[in-house]
Amino acid sequence: MDLHFGDSKPTDDERAAVDALLGPPESSWEGADRSDADLRWARGGRAARDRRDLLLPGLHALSDRVGWISEGGLDYLCRRLTVPPAEAYGVATFYAMFSLRPRPATVLHVCTDLACTAAGAADLCAGVEAGLGPGVSVQRGPCLGLCERAPAALAVRAGDPVRTAVSAPATVREAVLAATAPDSAPEEPPAATAVPQAGDPGLVLLGRVGLVDPSSLDDYRAHGGYTALRRAFELGPAGVIREVTDSGLVGRGGAAFPTGRKWQATASQPDHPHYLVCNADESEPGTFKDRVLLEGDPYALVEAMTIAAYATGAHQGYVYLRGEYPRALRRLEHAIAQARARGFLGDDVLGQGHAFDIEIRRGAGAYICGEETALFNSIEGYRGEPRSKPPFPVEKGLFGKPTVENNVETLVNVLPILTMGAPAYAAIGTGKSTGPKLFCVSGSVDRPGVYELPFGATLGEVLELAGVRPGLRAVLLGGAAGGFVRPDELDIPLTFEGTREAGTTLGSGVVMAFDDSVPLPRLLLRIAEFFRDESCGQCVPCRVGTVRQEEALHRIVERTGAAAADDIALLREVGRALRDASICGLGQTAWNAVESAIDRLGAYA
Amino acid sequence: MTVTPLGIPRRLLEFTLDGQEVRVPEGSTVLDACRAAGKDVPTLCQGDTLRPKNACRVCVVEVEGSRTLVPACSRRAEPGMLVRTDTERARHSRKIVLELLASSVDLSTTERVAGWIKEYEAKPDRFGPDAARLGEEPRVDNDLYVRDYDKCILCYKCVDACGDQWQNTFAISVSGRGFDARIAVEQDAPLTDSACVYCGNCIEVCPTGALSFKSEFDMRAAGTWDETKQTETTTVCAYCGVGCNLTLHVQDNEIVKVTSPHDNPVTHGNLCIKGRFGYQHVQNRD
Amino acid sequence: MRKRQPKTYTRLTHPLVRDSRDEPFRRASWEEALDRAARGLDRNRGAFGMFSCARATNEMNYVAQKFARVVMGTNNVDSCNRTCHAPSVAGLSAAFGSGGGTSSYEEIEHTDVIVMWGSNARFAHPIFFQHVLKGIRNGARMYAVDPRRTSTAEWAESWLGLNVGTDIPMAHAIGREIIHAGLANDAFIERATTGFEEYRALVEPWTLSLAEKVTGVPARAIRELAHAYARAERAQLCWTLGITEHHNGTDNVRALINLSLLTGQVGRYGAGLQPLRGQNNVQGGGDMGAIPNRLPGFQDILDADTRLKFESAWNTVIEPHHGLNLTEMFEAMEAGSLRAVYCVGENPAQSEADSEQAVRRLRQLDFLLVQDIFLTRTAELADVVLPATAGWAETEGTTTNSERRVQRVRRAVTPPGEAREDVDIICELAARLGHDWKYADSEAVWNELRSLSPDHHGMTYERLEEHQGIQWPCPSTEDLEPTFLHGRLWEKDPARRGMPAPFGIVRHDPPVDLTDEEYPVRLTTGRRLDSYNTGVQSGGYASPLRRGEYVELSPEDAEHYGVVVGEEVQVSSRRGSVVAPVWIDPALRPGLAFMTMHFPDEVDTNQLTIEATCPIAGTAEFKASAIRIEKLPVATIVR
Repeated sequence: MDLHFGDSKPTDDERAAVDALLGPPESSWEGADRSDADLRWARGGRAARDRRDLLLPGLHALSDRVGWISEGGLDYLCRRLTVPPAEAYGVATFYAMFSLRPRPATVLHVCTDLACTAAGAADLCAGVEAGLGPGVSVQRGPCLGLCERAPAALAVRAGDPVRTAVSAPATVREAVLAATAPDSAPEEPPAATAVPQAGDPGLVLLGRVGLVDPSSLDDYRAHGGYTALRRAFELGPAGVIREVTDSGLVGRGGAAFPTGRKWQATASQPDHPHYLVCNADESEPGTFKDRVLLEGDPYALVEAMTIAAYATGAHQGYVYLRGEYPRALRRLEHAIAQARARGFLGDDVLGQGHAFDIEIRRGAGAYICGEETALFNSIEGYRGEPRSKPPFPVEKGLFGKPTVENNVETLVNVLPILTMGAPAYAAIGTGKSTGPKLFCVSGSVDRPGVYELPFGATLGEVLELAGVRPGLRAVLLGGAAGGFVRPDELDIPLTFEGTREAGTTLGSGVVMAFDDSVPLPRLLLRIAEFFRDESCGQCVPCRVGTVRQEEALHRIVERTGAAAADDIALLREVGRALRDASICGLGQTAWNAVESAIDRLGAYA
Repeated sequence: MTVTPLGIPRRLLEFTLDGQEVRVPEGSTVLDACRAAGKDVPTLCQGDTLRPKNACRVCVVEVEGSRTLVPACSRRAEPGMLVRTDTERARHSRKIVLELLASSVDLSTTERVAGWIKEYEAKPDRFGPDAARLGEEPRVDNDLYVRDYDKCILCYKCVDACGDQWQNTFAISVSGRGFDARIAVEQDAPLTDSACVYCGNCIEVCPTGALSFKSEFDMRAAGTWDETKQTETTTVCAYCGVGCNLTLHVQDNEIVKVTSPHDNPVTHGNLCIKGRFGYQHVQNRD
Repeated sequence: MRKRQPKTYTRLTHPLVRDSRDEPFRRASWEEALDRAARGLDRNRGAFGMFSCARATNEMNYVAQKFARVVMGTNNVDSCNRTCHAPSVAGLSAAFGSGGGTSSYEEIEHTDVIVMWGSNARFAHPIFFQHVLKGIRNGARMYAVDPRRTSTAEWAESWLGLNVGTDIPMAHAIGREIIHAGLANDAFIERATTGFEEYRALVEPWTLSLAEKVTGVPARAIRELAHAYARAERAQLCWTLGITEHHNGTDNVRALINLSLLTGQVGRYGAGLQPLRGQNNVQGGGDMGAIPNRLPGFQDILDADTRLKFESAWNTVIEPHHGLNLTEMFEAMEAGSLRAVYCVGENPAQSEADSEQAVRRLRQLDFLLVQDIFLTRTAELADVVLPATAGWAETEGTTTNSERRVQRVRRAVTPPGEAREDVDIICELAARLGHDWKYADSEAVWNELRSLSPDHHGMTYERLEEHQGIQWPCPSTEDLEPTFLHGRLWEKDPARRGMPAPFGIVRHDPPVDLTDEEYPVRLTTGRRLDSYNTGVQSGGYASPLRRGEYVELSPEDAEHYGVVVGEEVQVSSRRGSVVAPVWIDPALRPGLAFMTMHFPDEVDTNQLTIEATCPIAGTAEFKASAIRIEKLPVATIVR
């Protein structure tokens, strides 16, 4: 491609960061010194254009090394990957974690989302800003997925290697320490501390968390690891799909699509290759179960993905992991490397003739990338904008090929399905919602964390387990895209059909309890702000509608009754168009929580 | 050997459009069917030379069985589909989309939009005087193009025309996110520092006048632009042997704009800098 | 800040005459100017040459050649296609009996392999290149053969940066490799070609390693291209002036055509040969007979029956031999045997190689009549200057593009002042010289042509409008022919197959202007995206891309000569010398420099180029001169 580059040159650090990812450039056309041979023969074309998917890793490499992405660095990356600089600029500016302007090498991300706000994030922000000099950039941001330890902060210091430190629950002193000396910040508590039920022998999905050494493949195997994969090889791909179908497993990301049907649809596509994508871009405010699973039992995901790939005929899998999960990244990277070294991934998994490997792709701060097709675009090196459906991913997904995409929790459920058999699994839960379910409980409870309960447990039971505090004002189900319910609705059964009947949603399993400490209009404003920030901007209803929603909520933040009536009518009209006419789930659900607060909780009444 | 170019014949499929059975060739979109049936479904981001982007959502219709409304421009017709184009639900979303757009950008040079605003009874003012707008000054950084962001509805057509669908220059992209998203060159630099080759193919597809020829922009500013006094004559470019068809827009015997027919087999509506702008020499009359 | 706008020309609005070349022009009435012109031509009968215009309409070219042949009784009619694509026409007609590109633009979108040879279509033919890009997006693999790694080459799977003027060694080595690898299409060779054995012997010495030595391109790269081209189910071979603007341009073209014959990559949908024309009507000018060896409809002037048809239609006698081509006409000026020239819309004073020589020769004429829309450098030398209309915006008619598509041009603006259409002016002159032609309008001219040219017979103005142009051949007013030519070569029946295509037995002949110690740098020329030829038209608009003329050097050479971007240097060839600022282009290698001819009023590049011409087609070797770069004693930096 005839690309246009400016005069800016990469620094040595930037060049080294990119070369560490891509290897040294092969010719002067890609940025090496000019040689006589280059001036006689140049390769290019398809091979050169086909590496676009390394753009996002390349942006991470630059950002990790120097803290921001300079013009020279971006140009060098573009030259290496044959990507037009304007497009790379469009991609880089899409993600909240990247800066295209100079900034300090250390960035402290402070969560100001619902759970953290309720736990005093505002004071934390003010404190760290006062306590930190100009050497650290403090960024307020959406949920960091540490709600069980709110308020939370994440420090990232660029360098070789990049260093990170999590401070949660954060005090001003601890957050400042994490930002100024990430290397000497105290180690995070083990993943099991986020699982109050840890050690309970009845746990199906969380059973190994806290029990196994998350770094040890052998320990994993000693605790039942890889028996499911062996069973899968016995059943054959069609047999695995039949088991999964019979188990009644449906997607845990919120859409509740039958997993067996999705696998079958992908497996039967004549176009090849097939891809498997694990959606670990857990960004719904209030959700942190994937983090806990990946930190506490990473091999389970590796094994489950291997089974899914075997069943659907995929030889390459991707885990799209949200960028704010440094420890989960380290543990999963280690697990994949171990599995590869021991023949559990690679050309001939378990000597059974099936080739499969996994690559991790890090998100970079974009809620929208949790949408399945936006995630494909993000992996492919494009802006994380959702695609129009149809065609659906099972037909044209990643790189335009048949793709099965499941989230972490869904995949991990495949292991018990195979080890206990579909009938036993289907016996858990209710008739329509089978199996165990993970709930992320946070907010006004004594024991926040991830809870595993069979489908059908009531909201009240979950809250009781977590030790709900007195003065409960509202419960948010399903996160920002979900809905509020009243304290007198605790008998709602937590199943897909039960929540639907009650006019609310289960979503991804967020259960966030609120007392009176934060006024409801403030929470709604934070939710509206979240959607405004996270809208990709592609379609008009969402791009402008989320702004108009936030503006209206601002106007009525201190109003009630007749003074708010006009704006509430306006919100309803805009909300209806958001729900009906937006391209993807983000816009379609952006009005849910606000609507439920007005209708169910009587906000602004 | 004598052949008449027809292409491979396409099968017809049948579906129900507003209660009427219609037959369209396989591969047609719902919008194609609507237009064939003489229905006026509004569109903004749809372009006859571009793949549907379905970003503006003003063409939404109701399809039986679909949870949400469906963009007519990109949804392929399927046999047995039940489509309704003029329901209260579809009209509501169109109205809101028009209100959202008209309250955030300047639609004064967007063709047909005034009529739709009237038809759908859209009231963009109701978001109040403080409703966020783009509110940017036109960027005039070269002698050929003007980029007037205040008119940009982010329909992506310019990006697609500059990108892999036609020009493959990739000078522009969408940058940023959400309401702050903008069409920009790398580093949001002036056009003159970018990969732009000034083919004008982005302007050709811009539905709102956010991108315009400087000649038109200047005449509009001076109040002399008058399309009723313009003639359009299609001829052939003289700058190389490819034979691109040029439509010369002439006002008072001056060429004021050059386009190309979108169905032309040579150009498909595209031109290069010479064909698009290289006309001035014939009117250096004194 | 350097002035980016080159000289701007204003339109001619009335005739200009002068009594002697020492005097300035004075305004004249049409009557006076035409009378003077008629007298000037009349007194030089038998020593007349017509420069027709590759940018004017088919109708004008038809009338211009008719003027030369009927009014002036000579076949000395030619146009600037001589400076660019005459070798393509000569080469293609020698192989296939017809001088047009064999494929259509749309076909390249549906082919498997595309070879762009000596063609920077991304800049010179941007909209054609969009069709190439569609092909690439549809999965075609593109190969680029060019001394420079141009924008076009940057899209290629593989770019082969050969030495300037080594196209024949490269082509022969590809041919040899195809034969040795068993990839030749034996059935096609057997049925549809002649001379294969001779060709095989011709290319046999051109091993990959010898080709590597001569072309500078690694043997592996040549081999890969050979295999890709031969193994493709469909392949398109495209070329532009990098092939034709050599002293052996026609041989170059033949060498490329050989590859298509060897592999059967011609005469099928998606498989063919596509020379990209540099001007809007180079194709049509030749088709209309405005060349010294063909009558309208590309019909052979040496064929007695053909001549008879035209003689009876025109009521005249046509000379039974070829006329002089442009190059030969210039030589005849020098010799004194050509005394009067009627130059329509051409600017040879700046467009010819070795432009100083061209100006000197034009000055020697007894009478020079120039008809143009501007007072060009050529017009400045004239005795009478007639103001014409712009072919593309002020005239009705047709032009023919590179894919042989005849399309309507239309009058969109009223011409300035007293400017008149070319056809009217030529007819006025013809009338004064005893031939009263009556054409009501351009359509009447076109219909006369249709009655004489079977290939154009089916193209009524009405049908041209209806189909947005029609490709020739179009013998029938009812049907359309396939988009590609020479499908006949694939017919089973030898009678329908017609004349087989001969392999061209052509030998390598390096550029005439050799590099040596004194002139160590190879200068090649080409176009930029936003400018055109001598810049008379493209100079009229304010391109943000334009930076004026530069001599472009490789980074290594710039360092070697100790010069920086914008610094003016002396550029000298064995013929002349110019001062030009330096630009540094990494697409160049050491020893290779690049310039354009777009800004002759600033830097007259053609003072450097060599007037070594192709003996068959007469095209000059613009692409290969030997130059020397000298740093000026006092550095002047212009940016």
